[in-house]
Amino acid sequence: MGEKETQRLTIIEAHEKLRKKEISSRELTEGIFDTISQQDKELFCYISVDRESALAAARAADERIGNGEEVGMLAGIPVAIKDNMLALGYTCTAGSKILENYAAPYDATVVRRLKEQGAVILGKTNLDEFAMGSSTENSAYGPTKNPHDTERVPGGSSGGSAAAVAAGECIYALGSDTGGSIRQPASFCGVVGLKPTYGAVSRYGLIAMASSLDQIGPFAKTVEDVEIIFDVIKGKDLLDSTSVELEAQNQKPKFQIKDIRIGVPKEYFIGGIDPAVEKLVRKAISDLEKEGAHIEEISLPHTKYALSVYYLIMPSEVSANLARYDGIKYGLSESEGNNLLDVYMKTRQKGLGDEVRRRVVLGTYVLSAGYYDAYYLQAQKVRTLIKNDFEKAFERVDVIITPTTSTTAFRLGEKTQDPLSMYLSDIFTVSAPIAGIPALSMPCGEVHGMPVGLQIMGKWFDEKTIFQVASFYENLKNNA
Amino acid sequence: MISKDEVKHIANLARIGITDEEVEKFQKDLGAILDYVKELEGLDTDKVEPTSHVTGSENVMRDDEVRRKTSAEVRKRLMEAVPKKKDGYVKTKAIL
Repeated sequence: MGEKETQRLTIIEAHEKLRKKEISSRELTEGIFDTISQQDKELFCYISVDRESALAAARAADERIGNGEEVGMLAGIPVAIKDNMLALGYTCTAGSKILENYAAPYDATVVRRLKEQGAVILGKTNLDEFAMGSSTENSAYGPTKNPHDTERVPGGSSGGSAAAVAAGECIYALGSDTGGSIRQPASFCGVVGLKPTYGAVSRYGLIAMASSLDQIGPFAKTVEDVEIIFDVIKGKDLLDSTSVELEAQNQKPKFQIKDIRIGVPKEYFIGGIDPAVEKLVRKAISDLEKEGAHIEEISLPHTKYALSVYYLIMPSEVSANLARYDGIKYGLSESEGNNLLDVYMKTRQKGLGDEVRRRVVLGTYVLSAGYYDAYYLQAQKVRTLIKNDFEKAFERVDVIITPTTSTTAFRLGEKTQDPLSMYLSDIFTVSAPIAGIPALSMPCGEVHGMPVGLQIMGKWFDEKTIFQVASFYENLKNNA
Repeated sequence: MISKDEVKHIANLARIGITDEEVEKFQKDLGAILDYVKELEGLDTDKVEPTSHVTGSENVMRDDEVRRKTSAEVRKRLMEAVPKKKDGYVKTKAIL
């Protein structure tokens, strides 16, 4: 298929073109919609699009630019939103049949912040049902395909957003990350994705999965773009009491790679990792070392327990958060049967998919009398140990670099029969949300045409240093 | 190993309808996950405090004042989403 210029534009490039009136937001938006109509039947990045409201937003941006107004970087730029964040005028399905006809009654805070900047919202992207999955194969509406190879998954749960950015079906996108749902698809699709520090971005209007882990974050083609989006969506929101104002980052004396200490945890490089992936990640690290960065082997001894901790804490929170889908207040309602209990049982049987029900049942079991101490409480204690490992490591290093995933994108259907093997694809990404730290994935090469992701983790609320190191590496790679 | 009866009981507590076939599948899947997480059993955590919130914030208080009125428009949208209603109320089946 012929590639359109609009497919490849970054936010910065598109903004420059809009400002210089080389292109209008209307042309940009229509160009992207052309790409969507050409490709999305096959890729299925979007669950819904709204051309009319997108073009109305584009017209408004064009008017402001035409009037000579100084507009923000995101004004008139087309964006895709994962379909678990509320946006007025759209349904919000969360990839589930139970919310198939659920119309968003208000805007999520992140959506409101984008709109205030004049963003053009194109549509809502596909995801694993309620963000539970690592491939988008759990979506009730069908899987998204990886634009690099349509026989492979785009990763998940934010697979639609990652694939849309990679395929040029938007300029940038928002996703959410609970155990790796931004970074793993970013890695599989060859784009940049950030999971911010817990609390950095308001979760108001994000359909809750596991509330102590969920964070919203951006996908884009470059590190700089990701930083621009993050700066717009971050900050305290009265409607999310866990959100915090990020202190104005002290402008450190000019960033120099030779001042940066990079930790490489030995536990991330043993067993199970594809040697070709490891080679590329090691090369990225040694390239940074050649430029003057200090590389230090570190140990995160409890990191090997992260997946177990995750698969106890997450389903526990899931089982509580999903109790609200009861067929009474909104969403699907199965009203046959004689009593209220029948309504609950049947609505949830029919409306929720296998993986979601599996996690709700697992979480209920883990929290039930007699098992709480052995499972949930123990997991919370080990969570402390994992967090302590990172605290100790960050006394010595500024960032930690690892692979994002142990392999490149796997094939559709490869892991659907065995939940545990699917869970294992998150092994390198789960630690960051358990500790609450920010982490970014960016491309560092390809193996047999499939992208490989480099993960850069940083200190709590120190996204800035991650961006600096990531940008430095991006420039290095582009000029190589 | 989790028993079939336990799976049924827990699914019932969680208000999740499952078929007999699914009971068997859930038994197998949950068993595999519970086996995997067994590795936590051996860790000595006697002196470790549990972490429920990672950035250490405690109860966040605010003044009890009206910040913004829920507009009639939002109220209308919320009620439009209700599957069964009567005279502006949410309707459910009888509980007793």
